[in-house]
Amino acid sequence: MSELDAFRQDIRGWLEQNCPPEMRAPVTSESDTCWGGRNYRFQSEAQRQWLERCAARGFTVPMWPKEYGGAGLSAPEAKVLREEMARINARSPLSSFGIWMLGPALLHFGTHEQKLHYLPPIARGEIRWCQGYSEPGSGSDLVSLQTFGEARGDHWEVTGQKIWTSYADKADWIFCLVRTDKTNKYQGISFLLFDMASEGVTTRPIRLISGASPFCETFFDAVKVPKDQIVGEVNRGWDVAKYLLGHEREMISATGGGERTTSLGAELAKQGIELDPVLRAQVALYDVDALAFAAMSEKFSDEARSGRAHPAQPNMMKYAGTELNKRKHELTMMAGGSAALEWESYASGGGAKPRSWLRTKANSIEGGTSEIMLNVIAKRILDLPGA
Amino acid sequence: MPLYHTDDQAMLADTVRSFMAEEGAIKPQLRHWRDKDCPDGFGHALWRQFAELGLNGILVPEADGGLGMGHVEAGIVLAEIGRNLTPSPFLTNAVMGATALAAAADELKQRWLPGVMAGATVLAVAIDEGAKHDPERITLKAERSGNGFRLSGEKPCVIQGASADCLIVAARTSGADRDTDGVTLFAVPKDAAGVGHDRVRLVDSVMASHIRFDNVELVGAAVIGEVDGGRATLNRIVAAGRVGAASELVGVASGAFGVTTAYLQTRKQFGRLIGEFQALQHRAAHLYSEIEIAHAAAFKAQQLLDAGSPEAELMVSVAKAKASSAANLAVREGVQMHGGVGMTDEFDIGLYMKRERALTEFMGDGNYHAGRVAALSGY
Repeated sequence: MSELDAFRQDIRGWLEQNCPPEMRAPVTSESDTCWGGRNYRFQSEAQRQWLERCAARGFTVPMWPKEYGGAGLSAPEAKVLREEMARINARSPLSSFGIWMLGPALLHFGTHEQKLHYLPPIARGEIRWCQGYSEPGSGSDLVSLQTFGEARGDHWEVTGQKIWTSYADKADWIFCLVRTDKTNKYQGISFLLFDMASEGVTTRPIRLISGASPFCETFFDAVKVPKDQIVGEVNRGWDVAKYLLGHEREMISATGGGERTTSLGAELAKQGIELDPVLRAQVALYDVDALAFAAMSEKFSDEARSGRAHPAQPNMMKYAGTELNKRKHELTMMAGGSAALEWESYASGGGAKPRSWLRTKANSIEGGTSEIMLNVIAKRILDLPGA
Repeated sequence: MPLYHTDDQAMLADTVRSFMAEEGAIKPQLRHWRDKDCPDGFGHALWRQFAELGLNGILVPEADGGLGMGHVEAGIVLAEIGRNLTPSPFLTNAVMGATALAAAADELKQRWLPGVMAGATVLAVAIDEGAKHDPERITLKAERSGNGFRLSGEKPCVIQGASADCLIVAARTSGADRDTDGVTLFAVPKDAAGVGHDRVRLVDSVMASHIRFDNVELVGAAVIGEVDGGRATLNRIVAAGRVGAASELVGVASGAFGVTTAYLQTRKQFGRLIGEFQALQHRAAHLYSEIEIAHAAAFKAQQLLDAGSPEAELMVSVAKAKASSAANLAVREGVQMHGGVGMTDEFDIGLYMKRERALTEFMGDGNYHAGRVAALSGY
């Protein structure tokens, strides 16, 4: 038996003993996702247990070094873990912007002290982070951001407004892009970290077309941020931000490989929905694209983990994946007919279908619009001319 | 198994890429044979060069003198064939023919395989009986006759049928038109009495043949595998052909995309390179994404097929459907972005468009395979 096979046996046994049965079911509602944090209320004892057990083994962040709360797994080992979790339909123990976004930035740019200080609480799900990037006047043109941090001796005094801050009202800390030099567009931004409980921070949830409010407006009024709470150098936060945007690959590739893509047509059939021939054909063509994209995700994940992927390839993955997801939900609505219009009934799971459908419209806007993704592909991968 | 090439596969890809770009290029091959009105539609010298590189035996086990590789490697070769629109019998011989002969008795294998591997022999595969791919339906009649069989019926549009030294024919020895059982595969030598060809040039300059079998007498040894039990082998041949065509389509798409982006970077209008226009950049970027995904799908299907996975059948159909749609988009966008010159024979983009159409039809188009994906998924 190879080492990897032995590792697989070990993981299989561990999962069998430690993954609670309730955590071996697909995520069907928002509350099934565990976000952790100071004020998090676990949906169930099983959810809490699952997080704690995974955190104890470093499995919330399998590839991080052990001293920072990870399991120190190699890429092939991490893939085995994903595959074995997928095999028993195990839920992710922890969803976290700390894991997906801040963590990679800290691992790359942080000092050893910063890593020791910030990473383990992320891995254990104790501190929940949010991301302060977009501003009312700075969406796709992010680098034009205006939130200003004025240097005052041992701290910055941060004033300004962020928008679309996901779960800002539930987060404990924020990693935030702040202008620290008004004379230099790109090299005048710093990547600051601060507590959302700091004086001068207020959040206001934004009600979306789905009826939910996952995003906030976030206001900073002379918030004091100690000068050691910066990642990377002063005025070089754009480098960190760019690295982090690129590191969406981690987020995307974390979902690549391992889990099976289920057929939409089969799923609809299971719901007892009969498809007329034209819709069946549309669903079948969707399934072709979805299964092909699943292969692409696996390929991209394998390439990214072995350093083979083009650095701009995550833009392609984001574009294709989000457009596909929107299409899936359009088809789900078509297949559901009037039953999929119910917004509040018990039978509809509180309007799960229409709310999810509306939510997916943000997929191709948030984290870089499809149009921006296409711009980047055209320039950085295809090397097409122009601005 | 990771979805990127092993060192050996990367080396094969390098070798084949430069070989095909030099020897198999559009000008010395496709245009040359087309403009000469070649009755075969491809060059036998190039087919022998393939053999010298060992490519003809890529799927043949080492014990039988081949390279003993898999569909992933065959796909690497086919992608380069597609990129260069190289006319050759590779897909129908080294991929489909070799898959057929793998099921044959030693005597039959010995008769045909060495010639194929040497590039001296050409096979053709005759399965479909209508204008649309439908291998479930096999009606060409094969009746017992003495110790052998007598074939009668027709096979339309057999690729390189009239150039072939041997036809691999799916025939019905018992049962109804669409029965799974009762299908038998035969190796029919070119000189068998009663075989009639109607040669026809296709849109992509490939030569095909409408073949009539008029009481063609065959010896029992011409049967490939089991009498009445040919369906499993037929399925393997068809799967090999589909996934191979998918890789070739990815190559066609990449080739078309390459000449198109090159054009965007040289053609000026309004005082600017047209590649600067965002309307075209976005379409090119979308197309890039589609081709990448099609490539991944074909790669994955080939890995599954090589591993003997039960999921291979579904993924092969996904790959063929996705590769067809990506390549179709590539050639349509290619011609449009070339503008007027895209309509001229002088530019290659039109040749890509013709080849895409033929390859998409070969072994089932996107609609056919989407239907299979639905059926295999239980809806």
